[in-house]
Amino acid sequence: MAILINKNTRVIVQGLTGSQASFHSKNALDYGTNIVSGVVPGKRGQMHLGVPIYNTVECAKRLTNANASIIYVPAPFCKDAIIEASENGIETIVCITEGIPTIDMLNIKAAIDLNGSRLIGPNCPGIITPDECKMGIMPANIHQKGSVGIVSRSGTLTYEAVYQSTKVGLGQSTCVGIGGDSVPGSDFIDILKLFEADEETKSIILIGEIGGAKEEAAAEYIKSHITKPVVSYIAGVTAPSGKRMGHAGAIIDGSAGSAQDKYKALENAGVRTVRTITALGQALLEVQK
Amino acid sequence: MNLHEYQAKNLYRKYDIPTTKGKLLTHPSQLDNILSTIGKDKWVIKAQVHAGGRGKAGGVVLVDSKEEANTEVRRLLGSKLVTHQTSSEGQSVNSIYIEEPCEILQQIYLAFIVDRTTSRIMIITSSQGGIEIEEVANNMPEKILKNTINPVVGIMPAQCRQICEDLNLDKTLSSQMIDLMQKVYKMFVENDLSLVEVNPLVVTKQGYLVCLDAKIQVDDSALYRQEKLNESRDDSQEDERELKASKLDLNYISLDGNIACMVNGAGLAMATMDLIKTYGGEPANFLDVGGSVNEKRVIEAFEIILSDKKVNGILINIFGGIVRCDIIASGIIEATKAMDISLPIVVRLEGTNAKEGLDLIKASNLNIHEENDLDKASKKIIELTQGLK
Repeated sequence: MAILINKNTRVIVQGLTGSQASFHSKNALDYGTNIVSGVVPGKRGQMHLGVPIYNTVECAKRLTNANASIIYVPAPFCKDAIIEASENGIETIVCITEGIPTIDMLNIKAAIDLNGSRLIGPNCPGIITPDECKMGIMPANIHQKGSVGIVSRSGTLTYEAVYQSTKVGLGQSTCVGIGGDSVPGSDFIDILKLFEADEETKSIILIGEIGGAKEEAAAEYIKSHITKPVVSYIAGVTAPSGKRMGHAGAIIDGSAGSAQDKYKALENAGVRTVRTITALGQALLEVQK
Repeated sequence: MNLHEYQAKNLYRKYDIPTTKGKLLTHPSQLDNILSTIGKDKWVIKAQVHAGGRGKAGGVVLVDSKEEANTEVRRLLGSKLVTHQTSSEGQSVNSIYIEEPCEILQQIYLAFIVDRTTSRIMIITSSQGGIEIEEVANNMPEKILKNTINPVVGIMPAQCRQICEDLNLDKTLSSQMIDLMQKVYKMFVENDLSLVEVNPLVVTKQGYLVCLDAKIQVDDSALYRQEKLNESRDDSQEDERELKASKLDLNYISLDGNIACMVNGAGLAMATMDLIKTYGGEPANFLDVGGSVNEKRVIEAFEIILSDKKVNGILINIFGGIVRCDIIASGIIEATKAMDISLPIVVRLEGTNAKEGLDLIKASNLNIHEENDLDKASKKIIELTQGLK
């Protein structure tokens, strides 16, 4: 089962011929991911990494029956690329690129929500369902098929969580990096909902960081909707509070935002929290007993 | 990126948003000329720094003679202003904005900001504007109004009318306010702003709405297409080492401790600092070398962390994904040799090409400790730096 992607997922890569996209797509192909085509405007008819290239998502989808897309195009072109994928009925869209202007993201989010597509990212490591499908830039070898669902705002902390759940022998059902931007395509709650419904997932790791109020919202959701055990780490207990300009940020977030407040909200929701990232593995073993 | 008040007000004028008349002063010799073109016998002297809380800190003063204006300008220009929103060192005052004062009947709070929860631009307003707005938000939350804008259609006259209704504005003020909010929204979107805050937006004795203060933040990710605004950047308002790091595309914040950290990814960098602190050490910095790091970048990162003289040990923690550990390792080796680093270094490499990286470090025969367990690596650097202070 797992969530979002599996061995039947048919993936297109938008921007396949770029250097980062080539490096990571080759790894994904070696991992067994079913990459069916690439989309690079102006390069129709070429083959790259043994995969055919089309000019548009419409052609790629129609001719290779794709249902997911991973986007590596530069930030100024991401709005176009994401909306192209969504308008053409791609269900799961992963955007790795960082540095997309926020105004673009507001428009992207409104457009794709109407279409019912799911966007993971931008500015994220992507999604992996171990041994089945890898849509992202994560190192493959640390993963192991198993029972822990991982959702995180931070890329490298996702790897750390994966590494530990593998080390304690539990492995992962699916790992989702939702990205660190202020306007992400999906947030914790979207992914928690999927993990709760997934039979393979027995426990959940949620990794947050300081800033915003998404962890607090997730805690509220967990309290009333999640029955599976959740283990959580929040990065930034020791981070200094940043220089602020004006008052509007403080007015919106209210008391939310600090690591302490997020821990408190999660603990109130019955989440098992750890204060060091290295304690995740042990905590998982305890909650999954 | 933050704009100064005078830069923000220039942008306001472009959108025909009502604000006060003012002139910028960068040298005391300009004062006479400015005072004779603006106002008559009263002026507001405003220090231009990237921080709020200027009024309470003495950075905004009302003067009623040219002599007093001269004294205040000479006091402020070239000084450092410390407010509750700056560091203890304060921000350099390199320019001063001089305005004519206006007679105020009411102070309104108005802000446009990107709201992460709704993924929309939010309009925040309050009839209780002024310097105590955060207290108003805490103690009288019902006095803070929040409305969000649907990005598909943009700001709608009806929602502006509703805001005026809730602010209890009369007919003439309402029509000014509706017009003003639509202009601010247009400015926000066209310039890729992430914050516009007008506090206070005043009702003058003459019955006009005027933006007295102006705070604008520009979305850093959009600067590539906002070239004009990018020219408004004022490097003197940034921490020197942080500025140097950002020019090298490194995300660096200096802290008070002695153990320098070099990490890939902001989350892992914070988690590494948390670990050092948990085991009784003190991190000297936050440093995220980012995803596109190469040997040269690693050497530059070493230069920045070593320019902090408090540092007596370095913990390097890399979990390679997009970053390849072998590239980091050769950067570490090169930097250690070239810069003749004698401080203890503990390296933890995991993920993409970690084995190749560790092999390189072993083969280099340099005094670099490798430790693949992150807990042990953190404890090790604390142990090695103890007694070195």
